[in-house]
Amino acid sequence: MRTSRLLGAFLASALIAAPAFAADLRIGLQEDPDVLDTDQARTFVGRIVFESLCDKLINTAPDLSFIPELATEWTWSADGMELTMKLREGVVFHDGTPFNAAAVVANITRSQTLPESRRKSELASVASVEAMGDFTVKFTVKAPDATLLAQLSDRAGMMLSPTAFTAAGLDFGANPVCSGEYKFAERIQQDRIVLEKFADYYNPDAYSYDRVIFLPIPDTSVRLANLQSGDLDMLERLAPSDLAAVKADSKLVAAEVVGLGYQGITVNVGNGDRSKTPFGQDKRVRQALSWAIDREVINQVVFEGSYATGNQAFPPNSPWYDATNPVAPRDVEKAKALLKEAGVERVTIEMQAANNPVQLQLMQVMQSMAAEAGIDISIKATEFATMLAEQTEGRYESTQVGWSGRTDPDGNIHTFVTCKGGQNDSKFCSAEVDNLLNAARTSNDLATRKASYDAANKILGDELPIIYLYHPTWLWALRSNVTGFVAHPDGMIRLAGVKSE
Amino acid sequence: MGGAITLHVSGRKMLGFILRRILISIPTLLIVSIFVFSLQKLLPGDPVLAMAGEDRNPEILEYLREKYRLNDPIPMQYLYWLGGVLQGDLGVSLRTNQPVLELIGEKLPVTIQLAVMSMIIAFLVGVPMGILSAVRKGTWLDYVANFVALSGLSIPNFWLGIMLILLVSVNLGWLPASGYESPWVDPWRSFQTMIMPAFVLGTSLAATLMRHTRSSMLGVLQSDYIRTARAKGLVENRVIMRHAFRNAVLPVVTLSALLFGELLAGAVLTEQIFTIPGFGKLIVDAVFNRDYAVVQGVVLCTAVGFIGMNLIADVLYVVLNPRMREAL
Amino acid sequence: MTAITTIAPKSRNRAWAKLSANRGALVGAVIVAFFVIMAILAPVLPIADPTATDWGAIRKPPSATNWLGTDEIGRDLLSRMIWGARASLLAGVVSVAIAVMVGVPFGLISGYFGGWTDQIISRITDALLAMPFLILAIALAAFLGPSLTNAMIAIGLSAVPVFIRLTRGQVLAVKTEDYVEGARSVGLSHMRIMGWYILPNVFPPILVQATLTVATAIIAEASLSFLGLGQQPPAPSWGSMLNTAKNFLSQAPWMAIWPGAGIFMVVIGFNLFGDGLRDALDPREH
Repeated sequence: MRTSRLLGAFLASALIAAPAFAADLRIGLQEDPDVLDTDQARTFVGRIVFESLCDKLINTAPDLSFIPELATEWTWSADGMELTMKLREGVVFHDGTPFNAAAVVANITRSQTLPESRRKSELASVASVEAMGDFTVKFTVKAPDATLLAQLSDRAGMMLSPTAFTAAGLDFGANPVCSGEYKFAERIQQDRIVLEKFADYYNPDAYSYDRVIFLPIPDTSVRLANLQSGDLDMLERLAPSDLAAVKADSKLVAAEVVGLGYQGITVNVGNGDRSKTPFGQDKRVRQALSWAIDREVINQVVFEGSYATGNQAFPPNSPWYDATNPVAPRDVEKAKALLKEAGVERVTIEMQAANNPVQLQLMQVMQSMAAEAGIDISIKATEFATMLAEQTEGRYESTQVGWSGRTDPDGNIHTFVTCKGGQNDSKFCSAEVDNLLNAARTSNDLATRKASYDAANKILGDELPIIYLYHPTWLWALRSNVTGFVAHPDGMIRLAGVKSE
Repeated sequence: MGGAITLHVSGRKMLGFILRRILISIPTLLIVSIFVFSLQKLLPGDPVLAMAGEDRNPEILEYLREKYRLNDPIPMQYLYWLGGVLQGDLGVSLRTNQPVLELIGEKLPVTIQLAVMSMIIAFLVGVPMGILSAVRKGTWLDYVANFVALSGLSIPNFWLGIMLILLVSVNLGWLPASGYESPWVDPWRSFQTMIMPAFVLGTSLAATLMRHTRSSMLGVLQSDYIRTARAKGLVENRVIMRHAFRNAVLPVVTLSALLFGELLAGAVLTEQIFTIPGFGKLIVDAVFNRDYAVVQGVVLCTAVGFIGMNLIADVLYVVLNPRMREAL
Repeated sequence: MTAITTIAPKSRNRAWAKLSANRGALVGAVIVAFFVIMAILAPVLPIADPTATDWGAIRKPPSATNWLGTDEIGRDLLSRMIWGARASLLAGVVSVAIAVMVGVPFGLISGYFGGWTDQIISRITDALLAMPFLILAIALAAFLGPSLTNAMIAIGLSAVPVFIRLTRGQVLAVKTEDYVEGARSVGLSHMRIMGWYILPNVFPPILVQATLTVATAIIAEASLSFLGLGQQPPAPSWGSMLNTAKNFLSQAPWMAIWPGAGIFMVVIGFNLFGDGLRDALDPREH
């Protein structure tokens, strides 16, 4: 056995030139991304690949401030109706097509008009975009929109080669052409996505790898085993239960930052007949559940204390978090009293949850806690796709579900709790909340926005259409020879300055 | 024995037999296609909602429904689909827009490699073990071999896979825990990544082969001509190799054609555990992602393959077995 | 798939004698009996509540208080193993019962009547057999929604074609026997002939197949639960315990070892017993 292994290793090294490996960065992903077309893409994990493949008009720094990428500077008109951007000069797409104002117009038009585009709602406020010369574009909005910059710092602001998407149409994703620091080389479904360094990138020195290889490995322990054995250089979404092991291993390092998203319980309060339960109709029952749950214990038991407990749509490290209203400790007596007040001794609530071990562990912890206060949770594990369908159509009492989070606070709250919100499956509706959140959306004044969100949070915290539970922390694990990685709250992997020693 | 004449006469009979078998397969295939199509209607959840992802926009939902003809009556949808299938169009993956046929072409070689490697392992382990335990019937060797075979049949292979990853990859660090490399790109790495899953998939097959080899070997060893050969004073080893093995292996060959189909099915969990981008992983992921076109395409393909393998097994059995040939 | 020829009722006693003399079958029976008794006695055994959580004892290795250790939310694994045995055995037996109850009548009809009825049933059986067992079960379980009952139905339905085919073959073999011809000549109804003259004589191979299929079904249930399509939390089943355990392989390997070993033991028990049963009912000497 040993001889054959040695022989094999010898053959392998003879077959493959060693230097080809030296400049590869192998990244383990939790899922296989979907279509690699920024207008059609819909998964979180796809955005990780786009971060290296496609440049955006604007990027964000780890403190979530906006920084230039393809747009070097931008200004809002005084009335907040026009956004003018100066573009970087001398940039070319991977196919050699020059990047300019016309390309921006073509991209925004595609995002808005392609029938399959998933970016339409993100760019809904844009009335028109026009080229004001070769390297200046002007966005005109229908009404002041404080969220537009944030949208342009994500997929809606990613620039694709107009030559390529005109030719390829819907098949663009099979061979994506952008202007990022790495260009597309190869993809094998469920196995790997290979990117190669783009020689004509405007800032090539910041990127030290010749190739970046993304390998989807869904099983967390298998992903970690690959990192330990050196078959990966880094991985995303390390399981919290593995964090201690990574920290103890001298060959590995961990990076962590509290993310932008949240996890909570969405309650059906007005979506069809299934909302006609004490849980859906009486806010005191929802409050009772909230008091019955020990969020700190959830964090310790399920996430090894690495996540952040939560009671709002924004994580505690966000500037939008209302610090005057922190997470209260568990109070079972208060929960029981509230139930009594609501006229129920014991209540059973059905709760859907995504069918994966971590979510179900969380559910069982909550079930055990709620039972002590007189609330029996019956867990209904459901495939994610089915769960969403049930939820939109109102065939549910409550769902344990979350949101991956957006840079602008609006993206974490508006669509979920405003009366006509696209993802308001709870069908909670309050004119006051609508007014506050609409005001926050259209103002560019930070203090005004913050005041509106705080006020909305007060009402939502009392009504509880969504019972917020915790904010996931993004956890990465890297081989310790990989340096320069900066954890970013949006969970993306930015490779500028990352190198292997 | 007049083998040449029998062969000549049965040549036409043989052709007739094969044609008959193919004809019978047609209605079966049609029924399979109905089953496969209804899989889409059976699976709960809205495919379009699954495609829309986090940002659900009603306008896009409706557009996609129209585009994939999901608003048409179900029998019409079936005819569209069948029409496409007959022209070699299995549709596109709802998740990645890649044509299903292309996906299958990409994944099938991976699973075939896995299946072939497990077949080899199963043969190398199962057949000698079967012969040995038949020859040494009633000894401790026979008991041990039987117990090992039974264990191979009884061990859940996903558990075996997990335990091997824990032991070989995590604790010992000998083999990669997952992944896949094409043998044309890097044969050694390909072998390394594939050997553990192939072993896992091969265990139950090895056990089945062992039991069949043992039982047909026992039958042969008791038959008259082996007794004659022994009486002639031929050395034991040669008796076994020349006469017994050749006859014993006949049913085993036909059996393995059938087992190959089962291997494809067994690959489902094995690939899931070792993250091998093959057929089995394709279908499980597609079921969970509600990627209907892929589910249909893969199941249809497997069923066609299985029916084809059955056909080959039947024909092989007749060709290899002179008595059957005359019975036609 | 060894051919099993029909046995005359007289040889039953001989078969019983052979079975009880078969050491393997005996061992198998003892193993199965052990787990069955454990599963039945689960409610009265002095063990912890299988759903009682303990935040202070998360993923603790085997100890004096928790003989098999604890799981990811501090539940006693010994208790969960015992209650899990209930789920596994129930899944094995119920799904095979479904398969037999659906498959055998169709096989009887198909073999007995022949002609078009036979053609239609046989082609459908072929089509079902062409689709891999586990894939069929996964699709059905996903369709019915994740639960232990649905997993049992899915596994049962997926195993139906095997019983149709087996029964049909057996019926064809005995159909021309004298006693069947005799029954027909005195003008007994088809139902009566099938129920009284054919079924008892095709029963032994079905029994053997059923015993062996219980083993397969237990593994299938574990596989479905492993994929999250079987037993639902907080109730335990060996497959769902493994599903959780695979996330804690390096920190808490015992979480994965026990349920796997449990499945292995029960399945080997059923296989040993089934093999013995087959040998006992097989008139050929091996």
